[in-house]
Amino acid sequence: MAYSNKVIDHYENPRNVGSFDKNDPEVGTGLVGAPACGDVMKLQLKIDDEGVIKDAKFKTFGCGSAIASSSLVTEWVKGMSIDDAEKIQNAAIADELNLPPVKIHCSVLAEDAIKAAIADYRRKKVPNTSAEKASQP
Amino acid sequence: MALHLPIFMDYHSTTPVDPRVVDAMLPYFSTHFGNAASRNHLFGWTAEKAVDDAREQVARLIGAAGKELVFTSGATESNNLALKGAAHFYKDRGNHIITSQIEHKSVLDSCKRLELEGFDVTYLPVGPDGILRPETVKQAMTDRTILVSVMFANNEIGTVQPLKDIGAVVKERGALFHTDAVQGIGKISFDVNDVQADLVSLTAHKLYGPKGIGALYVRRKPRVRLEAQMDGGGHERGLRSGTLNVPGIVGFGKACEIAQNEMVAESARIARQRDRLEMSLMAALPHVFRNGSLEHRLPGNSNLSFAYVEGEGLLMALKDVAVSSGSACTSASLEPSYVLRALGIGEELAHTSIRFGLGRFTTDEEVDFVIRLTVEKVRRLREMSPLWEMVQEGIDLKSIEWTAAH
Repeated sequence: MAYSNKVIDHYENPRNVGSFDKNDPEVGTGLVGAPACGDVMKLQLKIDDEGVIKDAKFKTFGCGSAIASSSLVTEWVKGMSIDDAEKIQNAAIADELNLPPVKIHCSVLAEDAIKAAIADYRRKKVPNTSAEKASQP
Repeated sequence: MALHLPIFMDYHSTTPVDPRVVDAMLPYFSTHFGNAASRNHLFGWTAEKAVDDAREQVARLIGAAGKELVFTSGATESNNLALKGAAHFYKDRGNHIITSQIEHKSVLDSCKRLELEGFDVTYLPVGPDGILRPETVKQAMTDRTILVSVMFANNEIGTVQPLKDIGAVVKERGALFHTDAVQGIGKISFDVNDVQADLVSLTAHKLYGPKGIGALYVRRKPRVRLEAQMDGGGHERGLRSGTLNVPGIVGFGKACEIAQNEMVAESARIARQRDRLEMSLMAALPHVFRNGSLEHRLPGNSNLSFAYVEGEGLLMALKDVAVSSGSACTSASLEPSYVLRALGIGEELAHTSIRFGLGRFTTDEEVDFVIRLTVEKVRRLREMSPLWEMVQEGIDLKSIEWTAAH
C-alpha cells in the first residue's frame, strides 16, 4: 500500500508524542479503539480555564495512518477552544492525509479521541458543580 | 559484502529465480521456441524433449513418476483442479470433503464453491501449535467422505503437518488424499508414497523457479481420475488443455533438480540464520512470542508477535526490509490473519505479528541488519504505544472497557 507523503511525514516525525498526568484537573484524556481491532489512541488535552487547548499529547497503537491521524490532530487542536475542537470532522483529517477508503476508520478514531478527551475534561469539572447543587437545600 | 537495501525476507510469498534456472530457460524463448505439441518437426520434438526431461526432474523431487504430473499455471490452478476435479468426478461415491481451517485461500475458496454445488465440507480445527491431529481427521471421516485436503506446510506460520499419519488415516477409509505442498517442497523432504498422497499441488516460484508454472501430481497406481477444468486441445492427458509453457517448465525442472541436490545443506544453514534472528530479537525485546509449532516448521519461517506494537505500523518502520504481517491492515479486510486466529491466538496479538521468511540468498549480514532495525523500531513504537504504557503501569489491558467493536 502506498502511503501519502503527509502520512509518512507524521509517521516518521510524529508531533507531540507523550503523556500528561491524567489526574491533573486541567487534562482531559481520551482512550479510544481496542487492541483486538488493531487501533488504540490515547489523546490528552491540557485545557485552561477559558476552555482553550494549551497543549496536546498522544500515544497510538496502530498502523501508520492511525499514528499520522493522531499526530495531526494534536497539531490542529492546540490553541483551539474546546468547542471548536469538538467540531473537527474525520473527513477533514482523511482529506489532509489523503487516506484511502480502508484507512478512513483511522480518521474516525482520531475524531472520537478528541471528543472523548473533551468529555473527560468536562466530567472532571462537573463533580464540583454537581456537588454544589447537591448541597443546596 | 555490501548490504543491498531493501532486504528481501519474504520468501514465503515468492522467491527470486535462481540464476542457474534462468540460464536453463533462456534457450527455450527464442532458439528452441517450438510447441511441445507439434509432433511433426524438430522444433516440436526439441520442446517435447525438454518438457519430458523437466517432468522427470520435478517428479524425482517428490518420489513420483513423470507421467503422474500435470503442468498447470501454478498452485492456485493445481488446487482448483485437484479439489473441483476430484469432487466432480467422484460425486457419485459421496459428497463429503474434509480440509483444515488454515489452508491457503485457493483451497478454502474452492471448497466454498463446492459447498454451493451441494458438497458438504468440514473445516477441521488445528491445535494451538498449528498442527492438525490425525485423530481429528479420523473422527471427521464418514462413508460419504471422498476427499481430504491438508497442506504440507503453512504459508504464514510454517507449521509442517504430520502428513504420513494423516495419509494413513485417509487411506484406511478409502478416500482420496490431496496436499497443497507448495511451501514445503524443496525445503524439507517429501515423498508421495511415504505420505500416500493421491494429489499434490506444486509451484515453481516458491523454490527459485519462475512464476506462472506449477504442477499437479495425480497418482496412477491406483489411478486417480479428475474432471478437467479447462477444455481444449487435450494436453496433459486431457487434464489440462493449453499450450505448454516450455521455458517455464524447463525452469521448474531445473529448480527442482537444484533443490534436490542442495536442500539438506541449504535448509540447515537457513534454520541456523532463522534461529539466530529469533534468539537475538527475543533476547533484546520482552513480550515477543513465536507463533506455530517450534518443532515442526519450515527452516526459513519465523512468525513473531511483538506485543503492543501493531503489525502494519511496524512494517512501515521496517521499510528497508520486505516482510509481511498477520495484521488486518495489510489486507483489504480489517480482520487479522485467519491462520493465527485458528491457532487460538487473540486478535490483539494477531494484530502484532510479523512473518519473516528466510531463503537461499539470505546473508548473515542481512540477518544482522534486520535484528538491529527490528529491535530499534519495536522499542520506538512501544514508546509511542498507549498499551505498552499501560502495561508498564501495571494495568491489566483486559480490565479496560474498550470503545470500538471494529
